[in-house]
Amino acid sequence: MHDMSAPAVHHHAPPTSFIRKHVFSLDHKVIGKQYYDMALVAAIIGMILSWIMRIHLAWTNAAIPGLQLLSKTGAPGGVLTPEYYLQLMTMHGTIMVFFVLTTAPFAAFGNFFLPIQVGAEDMPFPHFNMMSFWVTFTGFIVLLASFFVSDGPTLGGWTQYAPLNAVGAIAGPGQGMGVILWMASIALFCVGQLLGSLNFIPTTLDLRTKGMSLMRLPLTTWAWFITSCMGLTAFAVLMPACILAILDHVAGTSFFVPSNLVISDQLQQHSGGSTLLWQHLFWFFGHPEVYIAIIPGIGIVSHILITNMRRPLLSHRVIIYSMGALAVLSYMVYGHHMFVSGMNPYSALAFSFPTLIITIPATIIVLIQIFSLYGSKLRINSASLFALGFISMFVSGGVSGFFLAQPSIDIMLHATYFVVGHFHMVMAVAAMFGIFAGTYFWAPKMFGRMMNETLGKIHFWLSFVGAYCIFMPFHYLGIVGNVRRYSVFVDDYLQPLLPVHKFITVAALLTGAAQAIFLYNLIHTRFWGKPASDNPWEGTSLEWSTTTPPPFDNWGGKLPVVYHDPYQYGVESSVGDYVMQASPEQVKTENDEQ
Amino acid sequence: MSQADLTMEGHTTGLTLGPAFSIPTKKFAMWLFIIADTMTFAGCLVAYGFLRHGTADWPRPFHSITNVALMTFVLLTSSLTMLCGLRSAKAQDKAGAFRWILITAVLGIVFALLHIREWLGLIGEGMTLFKNPWGTPLFGASFFSITGLHLTHVTCGIIALLAVGVRYNGGRYNADDIEVLGLYWHFVDLVWMFVVPLVYLLNLTH
Repeated sequence: MHDMSAPAVHHHAPPTSFIRKHVFSLDHKVIGKQYYDMALVAAIIGMILSWIMRIHLAWTNAAIPGLQLLSKTGAPGGVLTPEYYLQLMTMHGTIMVFFVLTTAPFAAFGNFFLPIQVGAEDMPFPHFNMMSFWVTFTGFIVLLASFFVSDGPTLGGWTQYAPLNAVGAIAGPGQGMGVILWMASIALFCVGQLLGSLNFIPTTLDLRTKGMSLMRLPLTTWAWFITSCMGLTAFAVLMPACILAILDHVAGTSFFVPSNLVISDQLQQHSGGSTLLWQHLFWFFGHPEVYIAIIPGIGIVSHILITNMRRPLLSHRVIIYSMGALAVLSYMVYGHHMFVSGMNPYSALAFSFPTLIITIPATIIVLIQIFSLYGSKLRINSASLFALGFISMFVSGGVSGFFLAQPSIDIMLHATYFVVGHFHMVMAVAAMFGIFAGTYFWAPKMFGRMMNETLGKIHFWLSFVGAYCIFMPFHYLGIVGNVRRYSVFVDDYLQPLLPVHKFITVAALLTGAAQAIFLYNLIHTRFWGKPASDNPWEGTSLEWSTTTPPPFDNWGGKLPVVYHDPYQYGVESSVGDYVMQASPEQVKTENDEQ
Repeated sequence: MSQADLTMEGHTTGLTLGPAFSIPTKKFAMWLFIIADTMTFAGCLVAYGFLRHGTADWPRPFHSITNVALMTFVLLTSSLTMLCGLRSAKAQDKAGAFRWILITAVLGIVFALLHIREWLGLIGEGMTLFKNPWGTPLFGASFFSITGLHLTHVTCGIIALLAVGVRYNGGRYNADDIEVLGLYWHFVDLVWMFVVPLVYLLNLTH
């Protein structure tokens, strides 16, 4: 026992005013919750948009009550125009990818738990951290503002391909001011995530408490650390790309406008640029981005499974190395999004190979998780169920990646529902399940109250079955040749597929409605839930060593000292079958390294 | 004032493991920022190379390297004076360090003025973001974007030099802060050493 009594020095005093406490807070825990709540609002908006799209796809002429209020020209009488369908689709994709899948698992949970799990009092640069949230939030508002400008949001899809992103209003509704707002929003988002990464990396490396060696960091910490390393480099490339696109709009440049481009029978004045350039810049960011969305989920799910299996994974290190390999390889594969873009076919080959290689670390992670589950007495609760759901979705969605990784097959499947199904399962739903798992698992620590388990399990089964009902048929549709981004299916060969679309829409509406259970559970828990103890799941990592909810400086003036590896379960100690990282108790452990 | 200060002492008090690379957290964060900024510049320069390579009528309008050589000389000298400032700061020579920082800032301003003069000259010859008398409009667009991004960095650097210098002189900042700022300044200098060959020398008339 040493240093346990040493007073910790907190570098900023607890705030007293409401604004400093809850709005412009420097406290990483408050910032984490702000990110969480923003992601929650974004997810609800994104989901409602997907409902509108699905209803329109299945019942093309059905009027959606109230929709005309959002846009008189886009939805006259509540029926979507094809352009407005694309505009809503773009907003759905952008909101979900950037403001839900990137912020919730990484920025929200990471902000709240990374400093606690390494045994720090806060991030090293709290002002940057506060700016990180508020810049991201401003980006979100700027994006939403595009709903209310003259001709609505951009219709270019979340990838914003050139040249439509650069020629202005002539390219369609929303392609003028809508694109400018989109680009500005994403550039702001990039700055916000950069500021976040500037905090996450030094927190992990520099602010670890005594005894917390790198290999003693929990897998969640590793996941957030690796993700922030990617965020540091990936967003820094997207930001100038967005600014160049804005210049194309406002300054008359032509970075993304090729020569002799005719749009709506008009020869474009600006010329000389390259449409491929945008794709290169975008996907150089875009592919790491999908790992930015999924790696925190891998960490969260591993953490939750270990706690509920009451034993560590087969290998702690290999999971870490595999996540690192995913991060590195993700920069080498981005060209697989561009197989049919007209780039040199040899480059397609060069990008296909690492794309197949990257499945190896992903497979290793999943196999370790599954083999660790084998024979374990898993405690079934909402968190562990969603963790299992994550693995299921990640595998099911990942398998179709093998097909898409091969240029010859991708030529047929490109821009069909197969691709849509693939990334929705492997990235969107899987990451979403990671968020849900994290919420059920950490709500006691974040909000001081227990989520309702019965509602949680109902929520899981409805979401799990529902997600498969929605996204599995996407694959079949894609193989048949159903192209994405069509707002109506009038072609002969698409007509027989309408019943499938109707089934998907019904499933989507029901699955979406099931999320109301989660929302009710979350809100009810935050205000009226059963108060949580300090360590309700009998976990070992440092977040369970502090009180619930954690004090302002996380540790009440005494920094913890770490004595054990992160996951010492299945041992005999004075508290049960586990020994906490911060417990000085000496127990016989199988794999404590020091 | 920040946890960085706390962790610098972390080694001795045993409160934390201490910084990973035996450097203060602020300095580490500056290195991280430099990595991110490198990606930003790399993205722009690669985009420039991509466009240049793919354009048949890429112009080569620059006749002389006098101005750019002068600018490079000024900026390189400012890195040297920055180093002198840091040496003085480490030697507790506060007045000397402050003087060197001011000289660095003045050299930065001279660089910016030379750069703006060059811009105005090119604009006078008819070169803008979207057209120029020599060839593809992309030339002006990429020239002004890349040098503009660099000039923005220089401008931020000058402001930071003055702000940090004044606070250092007032006793609020110490030699470590000078060093962190110096990292940024040298980085801006280093980027220029990529901009000069790629944007200027490659586009010399021959």
